[in-house]
Amino acid sequence: MSNQKETLEIEITVNDTLYKREVEPRLLLVEFIRDNLTLTGTHVGCDTSYCGACTIILNGEAIKSCTYLAVQADGGEVITVEGLEQEGQLHPVQQAFSECHGLQCGYCTPGMLMSSLALLAENPDPSVKDIRKRLAGNICRCTGYQNIIKSVQSAAKQLQEG
Amino acid sequence: MYPQPFRYHRPHSLKDAISLLSELGEGAKPLAGGQSLIPILKMRMDEPSDLVDITRIPELSNIKNENGVVSIGALCTHAQIAKSEVASIIPILKDCAGGIADPQVRSLGTIGGSVSVADPSSDWPALLFVMGCEIVCQGPNGSRVIPIREFIVDSYTTALADAELVSEIRLPVPAKNSGGSYIGFKKAAPAYPAASVAMQLTLGDNEICSNISLALGSAGSIPVTSSEAESLLIGQKLSSALLKEAAAKIVEASNPPSDARGSSEFKREILKSLFMKAAATSVKRAGGSEIDGAHDYV
Repeated sequence: MSNQKETLEIEITVNDTLYKREVEPRLLLVEFIRDNLTLTGTHVGCDTSYCGACTIILNGEAIKSCTYLAVQADGGEVITVEGLEQEGQLHPVQQAFSECHGLQCGYCTPGMLMSSLALLAENPDPSVKDIRKRLAGNICRCTGYQNIIKSVQSAAKQLQEG
Repeated sequence: MYPQPFRYHRPHSLKDAISLLSELGEGAKPLAGGQSLIPILKMRMDEPSDLVDITRIPELSNIKNENGVVSIGALCTHAQIAKSEVASIIPILKDCAGGIADPQVRSLGTIGGSVSVADPSSDWPALLFVMGCEIVCQGPNGSRVIPIREFIVDSYTTALADAELVSEIRLPVPAKNSGGSYIGFKKAAPAYPAASVAMQLTLGDNEICSNISLALGSAGSIPVTSSEAESLLIGQKLSSALLKEAAAKIVEASNPPSDARGSSEFKREILKSLFMKAAATSVKRAGGSEIDGAHDYV
């Protein structure tokens, strides 16, 4: 694949829907998700790969979508925060953040949820240290993290009990 | 923030990638995990005409351990290295790979990209210096093997020629009674370390240090080494007083810049204490103790 023109066609599956779009190679994945697909649940925070507000799942791994090009994700599968709720039911991770007050302003929450999801997929019974290590790339300026950790523990319990 | 416009290419073999880079000329840049390059492009510190995305080249993602030599494919991500079998037998590798930035960055960033960028604040170079690594490069004129100390020339400057790519990083498996560690100090997980220390040592009879290799990261334009500090320790029992003397010696050779991560003076103090911590961890590991995650932020 090689392009000499200004845009090229990519195919990305986002939350189980396949999207084909013509994009500029310099388009960042987070802007593709927010502007081209109008899925604005994924936030842009620092835009420098620091804060983690733009965290999404790409091919099973949590990544920062502000530091990834949409063209790099061509052929890939993305899950964003909009993909969590199913038929009006919050995902157990969302439910746990709500019940444990794991957010205040909510700006970091989509990224926190996606990092938590990636953690729980790999490690269904994480220790507090595992949670802290896995969420170290997501910054929250409201909660002081204590309730976020409780939320992830609660979600882990919920998911294990089915 | 947007990069300048560029053309995008995605070859599926190393051969095609090299011919593309060769045809496109010096305006073209290879793109691997992008965790160094994309921020550079967004800040417009570089404005390449073409990006050659090499991440779909299958042959560059393997880790092998054969005949006492570990070979790590350039496209191996930090996360992949941290979880690998070789990281469990060479703990310094796990310290570094598992402690770089945060999980999101580790799942994309590659070892080959990191050494090719040669950012003076990045984690890998100091470790690669102490392990005596070799960098295997492939270019239009075939392959060549460059010792890491010749490969990293200056900050953001390597010995890579035009259209040449790093394909592999090789390191010798350390001797049995040897131990090492990589420890950095940073203010948050995603931050670059303010300072870091890499150390690998071998203990002989009566816990005499028979060999040691030292390097400081984020402490100058390239990793800082000191054969004087090393010779202070070789043939000796590693007492705290002697280690402090060696720490002072190598820190004397460093030149950490004053910046947002701290003043030069502050970084020198940090380096000395990281040195003592790295020495304690390395000695314990050489004695067979298992210590996990020396460089972890959390």
